[in-house]
Amino acid sequence: MDFSTLFLIIIGSIFINNFVIHRFLGLCPYIGVSKKMDSAFGMGMAVIFVMTMASTITWLIYTFFLNEATSIFGIDLTFLRTIAFILSIAVLVQFVEMVIKKSAPELYKALGIYLPLITTNCAVLGVSLLNINEEYNFIESIVNGAAAGVGFTLVLVLMAGIRERLEYSKVPKSMKGMPISFIVAGCMALAFLGFSGMKF
Amino acid sequence: MLLVSIIVLSVLGILFGIALSFASKVFHVEIDPKIEQIEEVLPGANCGACAYPGCAAYAEAIVVSGADPTLCAPGGHDVALQIAKIMGTKASKKERKIAVIHCQSGGINNTNIKFENKGIATCQASILLSNGQNACTYGCLGYNDCYRVCPFDAISIDENNMRIIDDDKCTGCGKCVEACPRNLIELVPISKKVHIQCKSYDKGKDAKVKCGNKTACIGCGLCVKKCPVDAITLENNLATINYGKCVSCGLCATVCPTKAIEDRIKIRPQPIIIEEKCIGCTICAKKCPVNAIDGEVKKVHKIDEEKCIQCGICIDVCPKKAIETKS
Repeated sequence: MDFSTLFLIIIGSIFINNFVIHRFLGLCPYIGVSKKMDSAFGMGMAVIFVMTMASTITWLIYTFFLNEATSIFGIDLTFLRTIAFILSIAVLVQFVEMVIKKSAPELYKALGIYLPLITTNCAVLGVSLLNINEEYNFIESIVNGAAAGVGFTLVLVLMAGIRERLEYSKVPKSMKGMPISFIVAGCMALAFLGFSGMKF
Repeated sequence: MLLVSIIVLSVLGILFGIALSFASKVFHVEIDPKIEQIEEVLPGANCGACAYPGCAAYAEAIVVSGADPTLCAPGGHDVALQIAKIMGTKASKKERKIAVIHCQSGGINNTNIKFENKGIATCQASILLSNGQNACTYGCLGYNDCYRVCPFDAISIDENNMRIIDDDKCTGCGKCVEACPRNLIELVPISKKVHIQCKSYDKGKDAKVKCGNKTACIGCGLCVKKCPVDAITLENNLATINYGKCVSCGLCATVCPTKAIEDRIKIRPQPIIIEEKCIGCTICAKKCPVNAIDGEVKKVHKIDEEKCIQCGICIDVCPKKAIETKS
């Protein structure tokens, strides 16, 4: 295994091909949960966790059930990947919720509402599908999933920090709240565009 | 192809389903169903009057650590009964308490101020500046912190910027008691209708001069002498009613020279003994705080209407319900 490949995947997923800024996935929590630093951080942690788990399980399902070359059936079922991935992500989140509720009630209380929300987060499905498109192997998929989650958290927490400041700043009445948040999001996307120059 | 895809997805679905149902058994967390039941009974205002952080926490505390089921102030006796029913215990009847503001100042009529406050218009903020703008350092600041904090809309502001507490809406949650920086608000049993509306410890003349409403307690002690049940004590130039003893007869309010005592009962009906029902048990005579009831054992008693203060104690204590009020 090549560690430099993994390093490039990490840097690429966090900064260059950031899921929110570059791929426009998971925009709903990006705007919805970025009002407070605490909740943004909680959501970010939950997303990192679920993305890593989802990358693992969806890669396994794709490899052993859907892909013609490696499948145990020997038939090309790749057209089923979206529905199969959605199914497995939903089950995974449910399962994780149960485990956390049993083993770490404090963590469950902290993540509480965000865990079920992640089921419908398109960034999680996105990372699973992109792993397949990029033809990553098992380890690379997991690393990519974790790194994508970190990238999501980074942007979410940055946004929350800016929006907390915005609450106290003098904003024209017509721009207050959502409009200024969208402008800030656009500026952030522009700033992150600077990373795109770094081609490996 | 079609068949295989259907089979693959179904198998996946079934596998996941089995795994989840298995996991739900393995990772099952025991929750006492009583907690949910009690939570449904509780009002859900999350006011914190029970001293727990919200209704859910109170419900858990009742079930897990055996907290008192009568602590819910907004729910009152009804909720306490329902909780006791769920828990299989008995609830003792508890009298509802309401908030009373012990000050009649603080309205727009209050001209007796040290300076004009143009700062942040809250009681908490204004008290930080030279201990408030009004001359009386014990009186109401008039910025309505209590009005804003009340979760049940029980406090209203009248046209003179005076705070009026609605006895029916007040649940005795105590939020206003905490909000008042002058500690003017007290939770009082709802049956008590006579209140000393002053908290000033200033000496008589000072208190009267400083009071914005000219109704300060000057510590003259007339009410203490007049009280038939010794419920009023005078300490540090301020008379205070002991609500445990007070019978709400209203005598103190009639003698107070500065009208610092408010009697909320406007008309007290005169009790009379129904001769046919009276068995001469002498209970009422013993309980009467002013000895207005005469009568020998096993003979019909009589109420001396001149002595009677219409407190109504005899009506409550009579075992034969032989005492009624004159309409």
